[in-house]
Amino acid sequence: MSERIIIRGGHVIDPATSRELDANVLIEDGRITAVEGGIAASGAREVDARGLVVAPGFVDLHTHLRDPGLEYKEDIESGTRAAARGGFTTVCAMPNTEPAMDTRSVVEYVLREAAARASVRVLPIGAVSKGRAGKELAELGDLAAAGCVAFSDDGAPVYDATLMRRALEYAAAFDLPIIDHCEDSSLAHDAVMHEGWVSTRLGLRGAPAAAEDAAVMRDIALAEATGAHVHIAHVSTRGAVDAVRRAKARGLRVTAEVTPHHLTLTDETVAFGALGGGDLLYDTNAKVNPPLRTQDDVDACAAGLADGTIDCVATDHAPHALIEKLCEFDEAAFGISGLETAFGLCMRRVHGGAIPLAALIERMTAGPVRALGLDRHVPGIGTLAVGAPADVVLLDPDLEWVVDPARFASKGTNTPLAGVTLRGAVVCTIAAGRVVHESEVAVG
Amino acid sequence: MTIRPPEPRQAEAAAPLAATESDENAWRRHHLLDLDDFSVDELDLVLSTAGAMKEVLSREVPRVPALRGTTIVTLFYENSTRTRASFELAGKVLGADVINVSASGSSVTKGESLIDTVKTLQAVGADVIVMRHNRSGAPYLAARHADCSIVNAGDGLHAHPTQALLDLLTIRNSIGDVRGKRVVIVGDVLHSRVARSNLWSLTALGADVVVCAPPTLLPARLGDAREGDLPPVRVETDLDRAIEGADVVMALRMQFERMQGGFVPGMREYSRLYQVNAKRLARAKPGALVLHPGPMNEGVEISHEVAHGLQSRVEEQVTNGVAVRMAVLWLITRTASRGGRGAAKAAL
Repeated sequence: MSERIIIRGGHVIDPATSRELDANVLIEDGRITAVEGGIAASGAREVDARGLVVAPGFVDLHTHLRDPGLEYKEDIESGTRAAARGGFTTVCAMPNTEPAMDTRSVVEYVLREAAARASVRVLPIGAVSKGRAGKELAELGDLAAAGCVAFSDDGAPVYDATLMRRALEYAAAFDLPIIDHCEDSSLAHDAVMHEGWVSTRLGLRGAPAAAEDAAVMRDIALAEATGAHVHIAHVSTRGAVDAVRRAKARGLRVTAEVTPHHLTLTDETVAFGALGGGDLLYDTNAKVNPPLRTQDDVDACAAGLADGTIDCVATDHAPHALIEKLCEFDEAAFGISGLETAFGLCMRRVHGGAIPLAALIERMTAGPVRALGLDRHVPGIGTLAVGAPADVVLLDPDLEWVVDPARFASKGTNTPLAGVTLRGAVVCTIAAGRVVHESEVAVG
Repeated sequence: MTIRPPEPRQAEAAAPLAATESDENAWRRHHLLDLDDFSVDELDLVLSTAGAMKEVLSREVPRVPALRGTTIVTLFYENSTRTRASFELAGKVLGADVINVSASGSSVTKGESLIDTVKTLQAVGADVIVMRHNRSGAPYLAARHADCSIVNAGDGLHAHPTQALLDLLTIRNSIGDVRGKRVVIVGDVLHSRVARSNLWSLTALGADVVVCAPPTLLPARLGDAREGDLPPVRVETDLDRAIEGADVVMALRMQFERMQGGFVPGMREYSRLYQVNAKRLARAKPGALVLHPGPMNEGVEISHEVAHGLQSRVEEQVTNGVAVRMAVLWLITRTASRGGRGAAKAAL
């Protein structure tokens, strides 16, 4: 089914095995079969990786594929093509679909569609509560048996603390984590952005950072009380980073992720856009939940990612139809279409010196795998070890490109980065031994 | 159906507006969205133009054909009596055709998007859309998608530039230059677009602005000079202290629903702590002006005696509102007629 591929002349970075070397990578039957100097592989497809970094395919713990039910925003086919363009070979699909992924039949639908149409691997995340309503637990055992790798009501927090406690306790029986969108809604209520000088400037209702901090601290307390594993979705505040750092220091089972946009963009993007400029934009494409915060929060997130407090980068890819963003700011949907810009945007932090390239790659490969224990579900995922699934990405850390949403594979063109130059590009993506993306820029 | 007003004599019609011709180059704006980026010259130009407009309004037949052939649409997504009436009258005094369109509810529930509505109005011939919207930033969205001029008549919690301009005109008429003068704005600043626009214009002109409110009704980071692109004002939570030595006191409307939001415990305590009354006003400079954007809750944010006392300029504010809006409409349409559709229409 998959061809023989030899990737020649690249600089291999494989954080899972702590290897960094110039080597060729041989792929046969969808597996890595050799990573070494001179490989003779006559008849294999040659991929010229000279000048490029060869790394394991990225793993995204937080992808909204919108399928079933919201296919006008995205579907499994378009969403996984977007993933491939972004260098991701595994995406974890969030359950806020219609119907919600709260029963085995919906999980089976997603896996069946993925088998038929997906460019990359799809791992489903089941809902915590029935209909994501936050009232009664979904059948977590059945969802686990169907293949879910975690549970989340993402899009909304698990607001009721007792339900969260029960979910953590119950899910522990299947050794699966709860991923929580941490937001104290009673503190954030109808906010549309971060509360700060920019919200004052724009006359928009802001959510204080404390709304996230408080929710993160509650979940950490519950993780401690239950001994169960909580994964904090899209950390965006200094307070949340600090809370996770303290929890880890005490040995609690707490893991966390951060999005590329929370690592790089501030609330000023809402006012003035990512390109900057004096005019007020009320950029609905920068409307996202959690909201873009201050430079101090952004820097705290980057420091947390660099020192390992935050385990991984996750995109929170949230595609929307044009009309859901082409409206008044208050009416606009929350979310950024992020798969295709994730690497280039994160590279700003590498070029800026906040995090080494190898560490960033770790946070996009071995980091997410370790955070959710994904190698229990897919042995060898997130590494270039011999025998591992042939999920490989070729990166040019210095290639500059201009973000053009019209060229996205995602149906969601909702990005605040349109027209922005990013330095760092995904040149080629190989998923399960199949080339699923080749950059328009000639390889080699 | 429309009864055409008597034509004024040609010389009279041209006279007040001729005064602004030489300053016209100072005005480059196609839209009026807020005062946050207004220069001192621009503010002066609007006020001097408004002065000329006041002269027109004082005539026996207050009509000039300056905007004849211009179509102004007032598009209001929120109820408003005085602002809409003020714009409508301003347009009619200048001889424009004024069409009032009411749109209720959000664009989402209404089905038609704001952009579609604006484009439709433009297609039927609107040269200027005067827009009131309950969502902050809505006029900015309209302006990005419209060729016609957008005049912001109040957007959400964000801005209400013509109100701030009429406040400025009212203050100047009584005390002249505001540089160094202390202006105290007291009340629900958090929910006040009027206050926000006033902060820009007053600080641009060098006024010493003090904002006074309970901490729960102050916008985040206002008064924090260390951070961000906000007007430089001082924040004070004690009205007795804030009002000390004030040249101007502006009270803001306090809405009853703020109690449900937990912003204040109740109107009784609020009026005790933050009402502009005679006793407090006595701490301001003698003869200090009292302004209120209306409608007033007498007995809450302002006492009856102060609202209607000698120092009150509330009625003058309303009159000045028409003159300021005439000035804005005149200036905005001048820029439009230097190019684009306005010029083509004028040539017909």
